[in-house]
Amino acid sequence: MDADAASQNQGTSMNKPVEGHIKDVKERYKGGVLKYKQMGYWRPDYEPKDTDVICLFRITPQEGVDPEEAAAAVAGESSTATWTVVWTDLLTAHESYQAKAYRVDPVPNAPGQYFVYIAYDLILFEEGSIANMTASLIGNVFSFKPLKAARLEDIRIPAAYVKTFKGPPTGIIVERERLDKYGRPLLGATMKPKLGLSGKNYGRVVYEALTGGLDFTKDDENINSQPFMHWRDRFLFCMEAVNKAQANSGEIKGHYLNVTAATMEDMYERAEFAKELGSNILMIDLVIGWTAIQSMSNWCRRNDMILHMHRAGHGTYTRQKNHGVSFRVIAKWLRLAGVDHLHAGTAVGKLEGDPMTVQGYYNVCRDSYTKTDLQRGLFFDQDWVDLKKVMPVASGGIHAGQMHQLLDLFGDDVVLQFGGGTIGHPAGIQAGAIANRVALEAMVKARNEGRDIANEGPEILDAAAKWCTPLAQALETWKDVSFNYTSTDTPDFAVTPTAS
Amino acid sequence: MRITQGTFSFLPDLTDAEIRAQVDYALSKGWALSVEYTDDPHPRNVYWEMWGLPMFTVKDGAAVVFEVNACRKAYPNHYIKVNAFDNTRGVESMCLSFIVSRPKDEPGFGLERQEAAGRMVRYTTRAYSAAKPAGSRYE
Repeated sequence: MDADAASQNQGTSMNKPVEGHIKDVKERYKGGVLKYKQMGYWRPDYEPKDTDVICLFRITPQEGVDPEEAAAAVAGESSTATWTVVWTDLLTAHESYQAKAYRVDPVPNAPGQYFVYIAYDLILFEEGSIANMTASLIGNVFSFKPLKAARLEDIRIPAAYVKTFKGPPTGIIVERERLDKYGRPLLGATMKPKLGLSGKNYGRVVYEALTGGLDFTKDDENINSQPFMHWRDRFLFCMEAVNKAQANSGEIKGHYLNVTAATMEDMYERAEFAKELGSNILMIDLVIGWTAIQSMSNWCRRNDMILHMHRAGHGTYTRQKNHGVSFRVIAKWLRLAGVDHLHAGTAVGKLEGDPMTVQGYYNVCRDSYTKTDLQRGLFFDQDWVDLKKVMPVASGGIHAGQMHQLLDLFGDDVVLQFGGGTIGHPAGIQAGAIANRVALEAMVKARNEGRDIANEGPEILDAAAKWCTPLAQALETWKDVSFNYTSTDTPDFAVTPTAS
Repeated sequence: MRITQGTFSFLPDLTDAEIRAQVDYALSKGWALSVEYTDDPHPRNVYWEMWGLPMFTVKDGAAVVFEVNACRKAYPNHYIKVNAFDNTRGVESMCLSFIVSRPKDEPGFGLERQEAAGRMVRYTTRAYSAAKPAGSRYE
């Protein structure tokens, strides 16, 4: 497909009144340029099959471009079309390869934007390959000139295609069984400062945080192997810290060793070393790309390693509503590609996230069957056909004083990561970890006892703070900290869907 | 040292009424309760001894607390925990697990290091109490 050439040739013709699908073969293939609708990419009568991939795009056509023609163009450019008629289509079962735009709705309260539903036959995709799926669905089409902007809002992946992916190497259930930790969120912290600590100093932070009571500590996304700390040094000191903290507490602990590196060979080398040292968890960044993610997932499955995914970089294409790819789509792809932990937002912390939208991401990670839920931005039912579940991670600007909100929003199957909220505690890192663990256990206990934690949360925390000084200090230190900004990414839906 | 395995080990020890509240919560979710005990608290000792079978048909929280106390009477100086099991498809695992009894004295763990090639260290966590035979560890 050649998106730029297509737009040069069609820029004017797309503004004319558009006619429908030309079914007569002589007319259809006489050569020259046809509109995408005429080529058969707009099919309002099409009933998607259970085996089709369905995409919901939000598109903003250029001025004067007919939305149905724009929808047909998206379908064409993300499947088999090119800018002009080619007779070689007749050598194929052409209709199978054509994506079919079958529904266009104006986006509520967003003039000039349209929700476009497009169905793709399963034959378009290679089994078990996110790289292949994304090359079609977000390949050329996002640069297509007749559109000012396009966003992939949601995707329905058919059960038949889901089954070609292995999914998370460990999954929530097995992770808990390996850690022997049940019935409460897990606690983590990202090591700070992110940059500049030597391996020995870095391991000190890991040791204090885990000994204090956290389950996990974490490398940050940009900790790889810089001049101040070689990766082997970091791994060795961190595993000393992990093992000492395990002996101090009698609990299984872990540190996410970030193996992100320049090449697959480097990543495999680092992963092997982590395994030799007895680490139970590895970490990669989203920026390594789909193929590398699937490779590391396979490695983790072979080596009984939990795989933590830090979604570094996603904000460049997920945050703005009118263009890019929604994080709910990225989360679905990552569950298929196979990660065990995924940063999915905090709603109450320092990073972008409308609470309902964030809950939608959590559902995608944890559901056996995700139900359509427009308020949470979920436009389709998604059957996960027993694919393992991903543990979502809430990280970024959260503290013990928000424990009731976090537990109420996200439930038990989540890693709550308090980086600054542990390391920044005025009485030290161990005190910070104790404060978070006590706040968490007190809140889980109260919820299970039937207390209304959303409303009574502050009282429950205050009661625990009476016998736990570190918690009292934490609550006092961060009592006024909140990040109340308007979210840029909220679902647009009308209670009664508008017709096109 | 206080071993902090289980859901509520950072809180003061639960009273029987507090145990009952957690049990009732589990029952309200349709989970099956069970009681397990051990004198080997190693973090990777996943198979504690079962105090009878998981109580799949018990719907009365008082019966579970009764079993906890019967286990305490038989093993007054062991670790005892209550587990709640969810057999829903796709879960089929524990959803709550908390310690309800522990020995009077918890000596904790030593960390042994075997120095290997390069700077590699192989770690072994050893419970001080496990040096004695099972059954005589917490006299």
